[in-house]
Amino acid sequence: MAKHKVTMTINGASVSAEVDSRLLLVHFIRENLDMTGTHIGCDTSSCGACTILIDGKSVKSCTYLAVRADGANITTIEGIAADGTNHPLQKAFHDQHGLHCGFCTPGMIMRSIELLETNPNPTEKEIRWGISGNLCRCTGYNNIVKSVQQAAEEMSKEKEATV
Amino acid sequence: MFSCKTSPEVGGMGHSVKRKEDARFLHGKGNYTDDVKLPGMLHMVMVRSPYAYAKILSIDKEKALAIDGVLAVITGEDLAQYNLHWMPTLLSDSQMVLPTDTVMHQSQEVCAVIATDRYIAVDGAEAVDVQYEPMQAVVNPFKALDEDAPLLRPDKEGQKDNHIYHWERGDKAKTDAAIAAADVVVKERIHLPRIHVASIETCGVVASYDKDTEKMLIYLTSQAPHAIRTILALVAGHVGLSEEKIRIIAPDIGGGFGGKVPVYPGYVVAIAASFLIGKPVKWIEDRSENLVNGFARDYHMDCELAATKDGKIQAFKVSTLADHGYTDSSANPSKYPTGMFSICTGSYDYEHAFAELDAVYTNKAPGGVAYRCSFRVTEAVHAIERMVDKLAAEIGKDPALLRFENFIKKEQFPYASPLGWSYDSGDYKATLEKAMEMVGYDEYKKEQAEKRAQGKLMGIGICTFTEVVGAGPSKDFDILGIAMFDSAEIRVHPTGKALARFGTKSQGQGHETTYAQILAEELGIPYTDIEIDEGDTDTAPYGLGTYASRSTPTAGAAAAIAARKLRDKGKKIAAHLLEVSEDDIEWEVGKYFVKGAPEKSKTIQDVAFAAYTNFPPGMEPGFEATHYYDPPNLTFPNGAYICVVEVDEETGAIDVKRFVAIDDCGNIINPMIVEGQVHGGLTQGIAPAMYEGIVYDDEGNVLNGTLMDYLVPTAVESPHWETGHTITPSPHHPLGAKGVAESPTVGAPPAIANAIIDALYPLGIKHLDIPITPDKVWDAIQKAKAEA
Repeated sequence: MAKHKVTMTINGASVSAEVDSRLLLVHFIRENLDMTGTHIGCDTSSCGACTILIDGKSVKSCTYLAVRADGANITTIEGIAADGTNHPLQKAFHDQHGLHCGFCTPGMIMRSIELLETNPNPTEKEIRWGISGNLCRCTGYNNIVKSVQQAAEEMSKEKEATV
Repeated sequence: MFSCKTSPEVGGMGHSVKRKEDARFLHGKGNYTDDVKLPGMLHMVMVRSPYAYAKILSIDKEKALAIDGVLAVITGEDLAQYNLHWMPTLLSDSQMVLPTDTVMHQSQEVCAVIATDRYIAVDGAEAVDVQYEPMQAVVNPFKALDEDAPLLRPDKEGQKDNHIYHWERGDKAKTDAAIAAADVVVKERIHLPRIHVASIETCGVVASYDKDTEKMLIYLTSQAPHAIRTILALVAGHVGLSEEKIRIIAPDIGGGFGGKVPVYPGYVVAIAASFLIGKPVKWIEDRSENLVNGFARDYHMDCELAATKDGKIQAFKVSTLADHGYTDSSANPSKYPTGMFSICTGSYDYEHAFAELDAVYTNKAPGGVAYRCSFRVTEAVHAIERMVDKLAAEIGKDPALLRFENFIKKEQFPYASPLGWSYDSGDYKATLEKAMEMVGYDEYKKEQAEKRAQGKLMGIGICTFTEVVGAGPSKDFDILGIAMFDSAEIRVHPTGKALARFGTKSQGQGHETTYAQILAEELGIPYTDIEIDEGDTDTAPYGLGTYASRSTPTAGAAAAIAARKLRDKGKKIAAHLLEVSEDDIEWEVGKYFVKGAPEKSKTIQDVAFAAYTNFPPGMEPGFEATHYYDPPNLTFPNGAYICVVEVDEETGAIDVKRFVAIDDCGNIINPMIVEGQVHGGLTQGIAPAMYEGIVYDDEGNVLNGTLMDYLVPTAVESPHWETGHTITPSPHHPLGAKGVAESPTVGAPPAIANAIIDALYPLGIKHLDIPITPDKVWDAIQKAKAEA
């Protein structure tokens, strides 16, 4: 198996490694880097549990080769808030009971980050469509929608405060 | 509505405190089975059968073993040397761990490849050359008993055909007579198709055998780790796996819903492989393996409901054909091969009922696990709730009115049902009234009349269900002989903080919070000061696990009673500290005080400290208690759900406009969590009602074995749920609680089906089986129009 040297930034830290051509980015993150917050729930890009940010865009890392991420800037659930603090989405999911088993949660949050980045004040419908690439089997989505709404509000306020 | 005895800081019952378990999940620090990584760990991948029924002519391992990194290919023949190639199912049927000669369903495990890396294991699986001789599969369960059907299980002594068992309950003669004499009888064959729980985390295991200590450490996606340990010891005791040497840890679980109750062949092979190789072995299912190798439901129910011309229900009869696949691996209590199906008489008061069921073998995957419901309750509720609606339509009576006129009345509890249950409590009338008021039933009836006049299709569907959950009592309920009790063990430390351990295992239900709230309620120790621990068989007390909504009814009760034992001990200590007689001590949440002199008091924390430092002479030191709770009866949560839909006649598209769910689950521990559970259950109710179903072709191939075509609802398909409660405490549960997480999965499908069929009724469509998809609706509309 051909090996390739890749270098990328993950959660602010530069990472270099020799990887197989076929190694999926999700496995690189989980197995090689031991960051297991990014989950695997399917093999057809259907569930979104593996969603991460690549150069700010939410991407299902189960369908992305590690070699393709050479030079990329990657953020995973472990990197969205400093230790001991919460990203507004993490806080909102806790406040609104937006998680049960927690398995889909990292992917939901990573997807929602980009959603709120591109649409800071989404309607309920826009949120539902916006997270429709991420499956949750526990919550029935009502409280996930509320969590995203709460985070949107808080992030808007934060933005106003910094302007 | 939720009255609280404790302050928000203490956080006892009725407080919507935020969940204690959230932080690790939100920060990507959960620890699920696939996150476990042990030194030297090997990876296992299964080779699976492309055929539904075939003889295995040969398995050539050579090319696989030639791959660098492939260490072993384990076949049924290899396991047969240790007599581990078969295992018992929970209902004492037998299931292949790995086959020696025949495969019985598509995707059945054929052999396992063990390698140093999961990619290499997949390469190895690709390289194994298996030669098959395909045979004509039995796919249609109605043909399984034909004379020319092949005998699928000749391995079973005395098995002459593909019939597994006959079960019946009730008085057949009297029920038949009542049906024959009735003014009105409605009939329907109702199919609840195969579905899969599809928890977002699939099943998996990491088995790690230490040859020096002879300890087998197993990380397992299991809802019932203690029971699995015992089963493992019973099945593999002969090769040296003794129960005290087996430690099962069910770490964080990414959704269970019943799918993580059984023992899957992959678990056993990974454990055997680790035992033989002496290294940790990990096996994680991929999504297709998960979807195709288990199932819930698959009941074909012939129903007859008899009533007077005014709609007073007189008798219900249901004859069911159950497709169990090639083995009966239903996850049911031993004496209940059909689970709690006999709850099928529903929420109504009538005398005569008869239920029977015949189960057959086919060339499909085994399963018969739940899909977020107590053993077969969903099937039962769907049958009666569809039939009640059919009766209402037949006699032209409002389905709400028909239900009111037939409900078991509040004062009739405990109610002896015609098929032998003793319903504990309920106020069905109040619950339905509340749902009707919340949805605006009368207004919708008017709107429907107007829309119908304009030729538009609008439907209103009701379901008023009664569940039966919380097994034991142990005299009736056991799993492979193990009584269905559950347990709690509380240790209050000298500083007044506590650790409590349970025999159950949360998979998202929030036990770390709700159990702490129960103890906060009973002891007055703030819930934030109480750690909850479950899932490790080396540390937790024995219990039967979490499924069938049994955690609150059993382990929750155990927590309350263990806490009360501590309170009794504390009373003696308080009397000692306050230098009064024990009879003079009274309790209010969190403290003991002297009768008539409330200023003389000791807090629970004072008492805990004294239990280690200054206890009465002769008293056993320490402040710990354990209770194993064997419930006197099951609990009977119930609810009234109303769904409003519009159907597009041109396309068959269904729009769920409103869905109101009023649940009565008795007293509530954490309203926020209960509401969350109801939301999730409702989405797992709309899923089988409108989207999900495992589809087989005539050859036994699964046609939708991925999440691309097995349609788990997204946020777009999931409606905005509206919830509410009535509260009728369980009279026999120490907390008056009943269990809730599965009610919505049980109650939602008939409400949705009833609404859609109500919408289509003006076209002459009187029944549709779930999943009711737009194409099914469109077909039915075209057929109805052609007939008209």
